[in-house]
Amino acid sequence: MKLQEVPVLSVRGLTVRYGDGCPQCQDSLEKNRCPYCGTVWAANDISLDVYPGEVLGIVGESGSGKSTLMQSLYFDLEPTQGKAYLENYCGGKKNIWEASAAEKRHMKNTIMGMVYQNPIRGLRMDYSSASNIAEKIIAAGSRNAGQMTERAKELLEAVEILTSRMKEAPRNFSGGMQQRVQISKALANNPSLLLLDEVTTGLDLSVQARVLDLIRKIKAKYQISILLVSHDLAVVRMLADRTVVMLDGKIIESGLTDQILEDPQHAYTQKLVHSLL
Amino acid sequence: MEILSIQNLGKDFYLHNAGKQIHSCQNISLDLQEGEFVGIVGLSGAGKSTILKCINRTYLATRGHIYYNSKAFGRIDLTEASEREILYLRKNEIGYVSQFLRVMPRTTAKEHVMNALTESGVAEQEAKERAEEMLAYFRLPSNLWDIYPNTFSGGECLRLNLAGTMVKEPRFMLLDEPTASLDNKTKILVKDMLIRLKERGASIIGIFHDLEFMEGLCDKVFNISEGTIV
Repeated sequence: MKLQEVPVLSVRGLTVRYGDGCPQCQDSLEKNRCPYCGTVWAANDISLDVYPGEVLGIVGESGSGKSTLMQSLYFDLEPTQGKAYLENYCGGKKNIWEASAAEKRHMKNTIMGMVYQNPIRGLRMDYSSASNIAEKIIAAGSRNAGQMTERAKELLEAVEILTSRMKEAPRNFSGGMQQRVQISKALANNPSLLLLDEVTTGLDLSVQARVLDLIRKIKAKYQISILLVSHDLAVVRMLADRTVVMLDGKIIESGLTDQILEDPQHAYTQKLVHSLL
Repeated sequence: MEILSIQNLGKDFYLHNAGKQIHSCQNISLDLQEGEFVGIVGLSGAGKSTILKCINRTYLATRGHIYYNSKAFGRIDLTEASEREILYLRKNEIGYVSQFLRVMPRTTAKEHVMNALTESGVAEQEAKERAEEMLAYFRLPSNLWDIYPNTFSGGECLRLNLAGTMVKEPRFMLLDEPTASLDNKTKILVKDMLIRLKERGASIIGIFHDLEFMEGLCDKVFNISEGTIV
């Protein structure tokens, strides 16, 4: 008997190209750039699946295409080609990149939650923390102020922000607190998929540990699927069930996280693992 | 009934930076019956851990097959099973105890054991009770239960590691030198626990250095030298 599971997210052949490309492109790329026409292939034929309740880690150096993948999934970027299916959008039958602008907004507000490396991208820094969460809830169609306040309280408590500070703007918070408010905002409408883009980068170790612990608890509590981009292998080791390694816009290796870390096959992955402190 | 059948297992490591192929284990074949306890002995570097890690799929086998008789999937080749199937088996059927303890930051000893259960859907209260029972069984002092294990001694870490794996009562266990840094008193406790697990029908493959420890525990012992069974 085989394991029967439907992926929460399936990506097939995602390509993001800056430039028109030329016939020599694919055979002669220098890293991810074609020396003949100058086209940059930021993401090159990426395919992956994320299953219910799992954390899929994406690792790779800067410029490997990790954030391009995340931004394409969250509609911040228009892919050149490729298909992606969300189980909770048209039963996983329709390519999300062919959806209308209204459908894309709906997916961003209900099915997916995104946490950016820089909280400025994910938060309105001058609005209160509660308003940031309420904004997301309103975008999903709710108008009940009492329910919104209750939900904001519940989420801020879950990310260990004192509810006495819910009326304060994130601009007055530390980096770690801003990141936690961003996580609570991303969870506002119970998404089935959470996109975390380098969420612990730039945070000091104790705050990093707090955010990691929070992500683990969120995963267990909400049974949510998480796509976790990080260049920190220790973070991926702690959280990811499976891991994908990216280099120059391509997936070069994927496997169970412990296998990737203890028995890496690709030369780049071996170099990456051997650089682990 | 056979629970595991390893057929001509071989594992090589190719190190790209050195341009070298390292041969670890070769032509390993062994069978494990349900409820049986198999011991593996051999010198350090002989390839004992490699076999266990290939079964756990932490290492990718280069050659051969590892057939496991799963409750959920029937007979499945662990070298070819999907990653999701392996994750399912690790969560529900196969336990792996290494010499090292890895815990999430800001996770107490008790939470570490509880998490093993809550991740498999066990309710918080039941997980707490079973975790406490297991920690007490392994005689981890109760004043250590609610603190972070990064201050624990080697023996305390290992006891916690064993508790975290054994609390799930896996039907098939891989033990990679679990008694390496334990004192004699704790070793006896671990032996008792392994005997109890065996009596409940668990099938176990264990690597031990201590031949005395294996007495009365192992049904079969394989001696590995330079990557092959001798």
